[in-house]
Amino acid sequence: MDYLRPRTWQDAVALKTENPAAVPINGGTDLMVEIKFAGRRPACLLDLSHLQVLKGWRKSNGTVELGAGVTYTDVLEHLGGDLPALAIASRTVGSPQIRNRGTIAGNLATASPAGDAHPPLLATGATVRVESMRGVRDVPVGRFFTGPKQNVLEPDELIRAVLVPAARGPQQFSKVGTRNAMVIAVVSFALAFDIPSRHVGTGIGSAAPTPIEAADATAYLEQELDRGGYWEEHRDLPAGTVDGFAERVAAAARPINDVRGPAGYRVHALRVMARRTLRWAWSALETDGTHAH
Amino acid sequence: MGPRQQLDTKVRDRTTHARGVGTSPPRPDAPLKVLGRFAYASDLHIDGMLWGATVRSPHPRARILGVDIGQALAIRGVATVLTAEDVPGHRFYGIKVADQPVLAAHEVRYVGEPVAIVAADHPETARRAVEAVTVEYEVQAPLTDPESSLAGDGDPIDPGGNVARHVRIRHGDVAAARSRAEIVIEAEYRSGVQDPAFLGPEAGLAVPDGSGGIDLYVAAQWIHDDRRQVAAALGLDPGMVRLTLSGVGGAFGGREDLSVHIHACMLALRMGRPVKMSYNREESFVGHVHRHPSRIRVELGARRDGTLVYSKVRLLLDGGAYTSTSQIVIANASYFAAGAYAVDHVEIDGYAVYTNNPPRGAMRGFGAVQACYAIESAMDRLAGELDMDAVELRIRNAIQAGDLLPTGQVIDGPAPTRELLDHLRSLPLPPKRPAAGEDLRRLPGGVGNTTHGEAVVRGVGYALGMKAIGFSGGVDDISTARVSVSVAGGRPVAEVYSAASECGQGIVAVQAQIVRTELGIDSVTVRPADTDIGDAGSSAASRQTWMTGGAVEGACHGVRERILERAARRLGCSPRDLALTPHGVTVPGKGEALVGLADILGHDTIEHTFVYHHRPTEPIDDVRGQGNAHIAFAYAAHRAVVDVDTELGLVRVVELATAQDVGRAMNPQAVEGQIEGGSAQGLGLALLEEVQVEDGFVKNASFTDYLVPTILDMPPMNVRLFEFPHPDSPYGLNGVGEPPTLSSTPAIVNALRNATGLDLPRVPVRPTDLIASLKSDGSPC
Ligand SMILES: Cc1cc2nc3c(=O)[nH]c(=O)nc-3n(C[C@H](O)[C@H](O)[C@H](O)COP(=O)(O)OP(=O)(O)OC[C@H]3O[C@@H](n4cnc5c(N)ncnc54)[C@H](O)[C@@H]3O)c2cc1C
Repeated sequence: MDYLRPRTWQDAVALKTENPAAVPINGGTDLMVEIKFAGRRPACLLDLSHLQVLKGWRKSNGTVELGAGVTYTDVLEHLGGDLPALAIASRTVGSPQIRNRGTIAGNLATASPAGDAHPPLLATGATVRVESMRGVRDVPVGRFFTGPKQNVLEPDELIRAVLVPAARGPQQFSKVGTRNAMVIAVVSFALAFDIPSRHVGTGIGSAAPTPIEAADATAYLEQELDRGGYWEEHRDLPAGTVDGFAERVAAAARPINDVRGPAGYRVHALRVMARRTLRWAWSALETDGTHAH
Repeated sequence: MGPRQQLDTKVRDRTTHARGVGTSPPRPDAPLKVLGRFAYASDLHIDGMLWGATVRSPHPRARILGVDIGQALAIRGVATVLTAEDVPGHRFYGIKVADQPVLAAHEVRYVGEPVAIVAADHPETARRAVEAVTVEYEVQAPLTDPESSLAGDGDPIDPGGNVARHVRIRHGDVAAARSRAEIVIEAEYRSGVQDPAFLGPEAGLAVPDGSGGIDLYVAAQWIHDDRRQVAAALGLDPGMVRLTLSGVGGAFGGREDLSVHIHACMLALRMGRPVKMSYNREESFVGHVHRHPSRIRVELGARRDGTLVYSKVRLLLDGGAYTSTSQIVIANASYFAAGAYAVDHVEIDGYAVYTNNPPRGAMRGFGAVQACYAIESAMDRLAGELDMDAVELRIRNAIQAGDLLPTGQVIDGPAPTRELLDHLRSLPLPPKRPAAGEDLRRLPGGVGNTTHGEAVVRGVGYALGMKAIGFSGGVDDISTARVSVSVAGGRPVAEVYSAASECGQGIVAVQAQIVRTELGIDSVTVRPADTDIGDAGSSAASRQTWMTGGAVEGACHGVRERILERAARRLGCSPRDLALTPHGVTVPGKGEALVGLADILGHDTIEHTFVYHHRPTEPIDDVRGQGNAHIAFAYAAHRAVVDVDTELGLVRVVELATAQDVGRAMNPQAVEGQIEGGSAQGLGLALLEEVQVEDGFVKNASFTDYLVPTILDMPPMNVRLFEFPHPDSPYGLNGVGEPPTLSSTPAIVNALRNATGLDLPRVPVRPTDLIASLKSDGSPC
């Protein structure tokens, strides 16, 4: 197994073009398991874990740019205000050790339907910044995943950063696992209100071949909020609206039966989570006035 | 009797040493383990060693038509590939019955069964060689349902038939008693397949000695019995096979059967080079036995006042493809199928059957876990029918010293069942959950942020468990220890030597504590365990501290006698007038030492080897299952408080309180460790831990999907030790390792029933089981 350790990000991009089969390694929390447990044998590793330039984040024009080296611990400790759903999701990932090493970019590249960063990134309309010698392109998260453990990255491309709009309204994330920590999602759900644009975003994990949005549910909820004048006045939401939203979230799921749980349970749980997270988010709005940052 | 009753110190001269019996001195292995520096068997290394690997069956049942090793041998770096024909000695092995092929020759009976072994210069090469071995199979329909196996469907798996053992216990007259029962309940309870889930995978290093013999360094529970089996398979005299215990990363029964042992030795002897084998995690899941899944039907008859009139229990354990310890696991499950209750009329039929599932065998609690889960569930059901408090019902019927077991044996020794339950009942309940603002980690779903209190209900449940300690049924069980004393640097030092296996329970520390207490010597070294000394028996059946503790105590007494004889000769008096203290030999009652130990010993080493036997027992008979089969009994009880999210089916155990009679807490910290660990394992069985096996295939062979409790699943524990001294044991101690695993599971499930009103006939309880509107397959009711 060859091991490449680029000195700079530019070198990394160049090396990836020269060695398209080289497998990037960041925190290694997915890749090392694949090597040790699943017997995957990459011919060549491209180590990105030491590149300082990937480890930072910055906020400009209402968007937080997370370098590809940003970990769950970084998000949890520093970005809870701007990226609340991603921070709640980060808190549910693995153990402290995994959160210290595992990166958001690694989660995206693995593209597991159960990746915990995915629902919040979908719900907030994040973008994946991808780079190769051919240039830089930005891929909306909703179009990044192409199948279970598959994504749009070309063999010469690396993830450079993830661009996440800073929150302009309440956000929630909820994850069901059969254990109270250190567990892969049986099903997960994220919800984000963008108050100024009167937009609702959703993300569902572990309930379809890829992480998905619940487009019908968001359209329905936006329409109900518009119609009832709830954007202007944050009154209690009618039970019918909450249920209508939850039904549509559940209907978006295309889950399977597996060792982690039956499909029917996933749909049922999604309905419950959608209802609860909507109530929590909405009540934050009620107590917090406009909630504009 | 009151708890922490004063112990009578019959034994003359026993000292109260600051790091002796009853204290919790730091364990030598603890810092290393915490810092990741402890050398486990998987860390073994010797220059020039080869790596062994195993070719395993991909089918639950098939005939082997041919094995082609040519391609594997052609790989550069592959040293050898061995098949059944290469087994030098006996081709079958087993802890009780030698029915498991060292390597399968004509047929395979489960997925993962070893068919061939390879040795290569690198683990990667060995792995590729395994893939290059081609085995031609004629696949057959597997028999994986234990009921069908019992019914005799299909071709028998074992030539002797599919029933590994039927245990029949008849006590009183159930048929007649039935008419006197005013209330009868009937229920069936099932348990899934629990894995010991030890962290250190199976591993060992075999080193040929150059003259036909072999040294094997291996993680094990009972190196002497392992040696017996290894020597037979190698066709060697046992004296030519030496085992040394290597670092054990947990066992829980899963290391009672052999794993890498014979294979590593075969490869090493064939090549004349050291061979190391170490399973990976996935392989480990089929490389050791699991807890038997069970189906237990309980029928209880009682009077309106709650007095039990009769109990009738039918147990079915799925033993998997080979015997392992199934025959004694089913016996142990049957002995205690009526629970820790005095019942005059009992009928028990226990069956262990063969199937094409992976073999099941010993696991902490050894059948009594499944039995306790069933009977304690039934007791809550009965309490419900009687509209009676569940603890009251238990106390009314709880077994006492002098009562008869269904096997006819009189309960002797302390049986503080009522004290345990009374204590738990008197504890205050944990405070109510706050209406809002509760830390997520204390709510069902934990950090998953699934509820902020919505749909959460609380429940409380109790359970009482009982099991025999030590080997039962007529085994003359022994342990051997040698203690030697000499002088180093002007100060007396002692060494203890036994073959007792340290699996993490703390037997190393306890042996040193006993020497300090008996001889008053501070500096005690515990030698590594190997087979050059006599047998210590297994670290199993909660027996090791009792048995090896007894052997060490006996060896110390022998050493003391010799020291006193020497001193007496020197002082011209009778040894009976002398006593041994930390300062030297004294006249009893007088503080001043007449002569120091260093003076008495000079350059000599005084040593004594002692073989400890427990009291004799007998097997139960085949017709009515009667007999004095046990040396002792241990009791534990739990109270569980749970919060359940009834919409999502998620659980947070809020508190686990337990009370256990430990006889004497030899090392209180280690005892509490056993109790917390055992309770956690019981929690795992109640809520999480299940090897999912479908048509003979394990579906979740990883710690990603086989979930053991984390620190956010285990609640704080309230542990109360009762110390009623046991009359027959060293220091009055009782076995402590298994009892907490018994009552923890049913206490938690009873709490879930109390919270939800659901029957919950099966463990582990899954989220779908806790949602009234869903069936277990997730579809709406
Ligand atoms: C014990 C344990 C618990 C876990 N728990 C969770 C959990 O609760 N939730 C969850 O979602 N995940 C969990 N994971 C999985 C894992 O931690 C996450 O997916 C993590 O985000 C992976 O990030 P990493 O930096 O470690 O990725 P790596 O393992 O370094 O890489 C993962 C993949 O991404 C590719 N890659 C990495 N960086 C780049 C890049 N810049 N450009 C292109 N490709 C790249 C790699 O080639 C590889 O294919 C767990 C893992 C373990 C071992």
